Amino acid sequence: MNTNINKLEYIFSKDCDDNQVLAKALSFSNDEVIEELIKSGLRGRGGAGFPAGLKWKFTATQPGDEKYIICNADEGEPGTFKDREILTQVPKKVLNGMALCAYGTGIKKGYIYLRGEYKYLVSHLQKNIDEFHEEIKKYGIDFNIDIFLGSGAYVCGEETALIESMEGKRGEPRNKPPYPNTVGYLGKPTIVNNVETFASTMIVFRLGAENYKKLGTQDQHGSKLFSISGDSPKEGVHEIELGMSVEDFVREFGDGDTKAVQVGGVSGFCIPRKGFKNAIIGEGNPTGGSTMIFNSSRSMYNVLHNFLDFFAEESCGQCTPCRVGCQQLLKGIEAVKSGEKPKEYLDQLIKLSKTMQITSKCGLGQSVTNSFTSIVENFREEMIY
Amino acid sequence: MNSTKEFIKELSEKYGKERKSLMPILQKIVERNSYLSVDAMREVAQILDISAAEVYGTASFFSFLDTQARGKYKIRVCKSITCDMKGKSEILKTIENILKIKVGETSKEGKFSLLETNCLGWCHKGPAMLINDEVYTELTPEKIRNVLSEYIRERK
Amino acid sequence: MTNNNITLTIDGTTVTVEKGTSVLDAAKKVDIKIPTLCHHEDLCVAGNCRVCVVEEIGKKTLTASCATPATEGMNILTSSPKVRRARKDVMALLVSEHNTQCTTCYRNRNCELQTLASEYNVDNNIYLSVLKDSTIDKSSWSIEKDDSKCIRCQRCVRTCAEIQHVNALSVTEKGRDMRVSTFMHFPLNEIVCTNCGQCIIHCPTGALTERRYYDDIWEAIDNPEKHVVINTAPSVRVALGEMLGYEPGKIVTGKMVTALKKIGFDSVLDTDFTADLTIMEEGSELLDRLKRALVDKEQVALPMITSCSPGWVKFIEHMYPEHLEHLSSCKSPQQMFGAVVKTYYAEKKGIDPKNIVCVAGMPCAAKKYEANRPEMRDSGYQDVDAGLTTREIGHMIKQSGLKFEDLEDGEFDSHMGVSTGAGVIFGATGGVMEAALRTAYFIITGRPVPFKNLNILPVRGLESIKEATVKLENCLPEYKFLEGVELKVAIAHGLTNARVIMDQIVDGKSPYHFIEIMACPGGCIGGGGQPIPTTDEVRKKRMDAIYEEDMGKPIRMSHENPNIAQIYKEFLEKPLGEKSHHLLHTKYRKRKRY
Repeated sequence: MNTNINKLEYIFSKDCDDNQVLAKALSFSNDEVIEELIKSGLRGRGGAGFPAGLKWKFTATQPGDEKYIICNADEGEPGTFKDREILTQVPKKVLNGMALCAYGTGIKKGYIYLRGEYKYLVSHLQKNIDEFHEEIKKYGIDFNIDIFLGSGAYVCGEETALIESMEGKRGEPRNKPPYPNTVGYLGKPTIVNNVETFASTMIVFRLGAENYKKLGTQDQHGSKLFSISGDSPKEGVHEIELGMSVEDFVREFGDGDTKAVQVGGVSGFCIPRKGFKNAIIGEGNPTGGSTMIFNSSRSMYNVLHNFLDFFAEESCGQCTPCRVGCQQLLKGIEAVKSGEKPKEYLDQLIKLSKTMQITSKCGLGQSVTNSFTSIVENFREEMIY
Repeated sequence: MNSTKEFIKELSEKYGKERKSLMPILQKIVERNSYLSVDAMREVAQILDISAAEVYGTASFFSFLDTQARGKYKIRVCKSITCDMKGKSEILKTIENILKIKVGETSKEGKFSLLETNCLGWCHKGPAMLINDEVYTELTPEKIRNVLSEYIRERK
Repeated sequence: MTNNNITLTIDGTTVTVEKGTSVLDAAKKVDIKIPTLCHHEDLCVAGNCRVCVVEEIGKKTLTASCATPATEGMNILTSSPKVRRARKDVMALLVSEHNTQCTTCYRNRNCELQTLASEYNVDNNIYLSVLKDSTIDKSSWSIEKDDSKCIRCQRCVRTCAEIQHVNALSVTEKGRDMRVSTFMHFPLNEIVCTNCGQCIIHCPTGALTERRYYDDIWEAIDNPEKHVVINTAPSVRVALGEMLGYEPGKIVTGKMVTALKKIGFDSVLDTDFTADLTIMEEGSELLDRLKRALVDKEQVALPMITSCSPGWVKFIEHMYPEHLEHLSSCKSPQQMFGAVVKTYYAEKKGIDPKNIVCVAGMPCAAKKYEANRPEMRDSGYQDVDAGLTTREIGHMIKQSGLKFEDLEDGEFDSHMGVSTGAGVIFGATGGVMEAALRTAYFIITGRPVPFKNLNILPVRGLESIKEATVKLENCLPEYKFLEGVELKVAIAHGLTNARVIMDQIVDGKSPYHFIEIMACPGGCIGGGGQPIPTTDEVRKKRMDAIYEEDMGKPIRMSHENPNIAQIYKEFLEKPLGEKSHHLLHTKYRKRKRY
């Protein structure tokens, strides 16, 4: 296991001609493209971590001609901004990744679902898309991409909520099954992959699946972008080989006084100092790549309060555990902090967050317990009156 | 400028009259009028052959599809934790003092609305805010004063 | 066994179901009841309350049984400790968001949340209250909306969308602010709403209820100067029993009449009488339209569509304002009743109509609105002073302390108390059509309609749109113009189906002469004012009771009702005559669709 920080430069690499990589990938047959991707072990980079190649394969084998590819650029997880950097610096990598997907699966229509907060990127992206459309003609790929703009709703990062909003409806996650690979946009099979996932497919074909798979850990292959923020002198986006310990990470990126690291955004886990040594980034925590660093001057009560306020607002509200649970957790920690409720009430709230985890309809409600439990359990003294 | 009604008709011709065109149509109306008026939403409902309640239901789901009257410039200050850690409160206070409005309010002449918003994706450069679609990062009270004075100076 | 079957294990019992069956329904098959709130068999699956969660062995998270299709080899536990604890917690969350003043709630003891919270011994104080401030919307004549009781299951939203295609209600906002509301949160009387009340009978709690008027009726009864008349619709007598301890499908006509008399109504009359009157007027109107079309070659709006259902009338006024001429000009039986009570009846009884309070006992929420339409004052007074739902009548009877099951069977009062089987079947979808065909066929040919026992089976049942063709042969001399005509009729219930019919008309492709439309699924027996729950199983039982009542009537064709002959002789003169026109017919108004 590699426990040292291994900085890489694939995604933002300037010395690599992405069109060449695409040309190389297109020398494979459609099926071989998908097989190569499966072999590489690349998992979705949005957070849920579903193997990308399998998603492509499932969708490709669905009956019918009308299918869609959606690039999920609804990057709303607080502490995450790597997709914005990718789209700003290397949009062609994403577009080529989508073209590869189109080639592998035979899908002809693609969308980039760009969060409303990144609207300023539209003209830049559109210019790149226009050029891209010209370029892929050369390869004989019949594929066209449009930008679909979001309008400010975190939950639309969830793929079925994203699809609902594209259909002009409230961004409420659907019941699953069926998954989008069978019933997606407009009821048709749809592949939804994160920006970084599409960009990473280009690295798979640049390095070859075998080499790509050698990067990272046993269940998290390849390199990964990290959005680093908070009490760090090196805030920004960093590409790192997966598999480092939080201890190494903090040594590299912390300010020397790190108290806790929030891995995976507000949906992820808070690792306290005592856990740095044993926690491996990318194992047992979400793969979105958000890392927020807190030093000893920060109140973890304030951090948790901020997170819960966020969830209570951004829950779509349709399912009971998430809608009411988020409000209860928020109100509950306020009541404990003010002395209105005894400190034992925190245990009741942890139980509630576990109920939310097993009963909520989508990943939003299911993952609130991650930050809630890890902050309350590790910083209990900060939570009480 | 043509009427909102004509504008909506044009949008429906551009984006189509199906339900899936709802978001882009509403986005363009907000871009033009700052918010979705009762009449605008009714017009969209009629053109897309859905109920007004359905239009409102969708619009009110999305933070950026304002259904309340807003100023020409909507200032949205990021309230996520990292921006908060880097002095969001001070930024808000500075804006409130300059524009004499509180969060959620619109200035009397209808030029500015001050709002808070969730993560803008500039956590490494907080505090951050949007003025309409324009991003401003690494804000300080000083920077806020400079930015706002430009908007204030600009004539309608 | 074909591949279309799936075998799974639920609580140790093996069950085989058809592919696509939900875990919830699979469990039902082996008599395992899983609690639900957002689920309603009339509606599409939502999967949002999360009360129906079950444990699927091998999965970390629980599964919403209503929204999850059974898969081969699935092993389900419906009542494991993990499941029970989670359900209880979810219910506690709903309770924490709920106005728990059950004592004064109209739906007390008929509330799905209350039942479950009690079954699961939910502690009201385990969580802090997150109930939002709200005021009760009492702006509509028909429906009250109390957001403090809303559990956000969206059954009303789905009802308004799927069954009625009106979409007056929507989910609005998100997160903690998410609620069920209207366009811009406008009050119910300012939005496009048909007042059908289907949202009420699909609401699991007291968030949506009918606007209640029975306190006013008590006051009128207590006032010695007032002569309070009630007429009860056919579908009330086959559903009221459910409010008073009977199983669905029980006919309680006699006990109901006795109870209403004991409560103190001065006269208890039968809306079926004006149902018969409707047949006379509407049948004549249809023949008149056919004659003008076929003989006089006039431009007459055909098909003609019934106008008995006020929810349907308001629907067409909003949605198809350019096609109102297709509606029969006949008032509904309720409004005909009001108009003749305050004229004919008043005269016969020698009572000053200003002292008459005309009450309608209806299966309906929209009837309350209809009674208050400004058009409905042809007697010189508000023709109908108040509409009560079956539920309200049930409450009044309970309140009166009567032991309903021990009451003797009473008889409706005379003058407008005699009715026919034709009037009774108005309560079920297809009933108006059947009653109309029985009479129209007889008038045209001089013979009874050629169906065994007068039972026109093709127009009966819960199928969404029904059609029938009746060939007119050997017509009487004055109806020779109809000789050989194949009279095509259609019946639709539920406004989503009505829309299909109307779109045909708009496209000029409607093949029909006459159409019956009822706003509610099943017709009035499934009306928005009927006892809760109302499901297809319940609808069928009420419907069977209606046809049973019809078969038991000595007279089964409207034109044979002696009271009808009498009123034409003594008062109205003839169908479509001047007096009829004035009192029994109405005009409609174009309304805005948005």
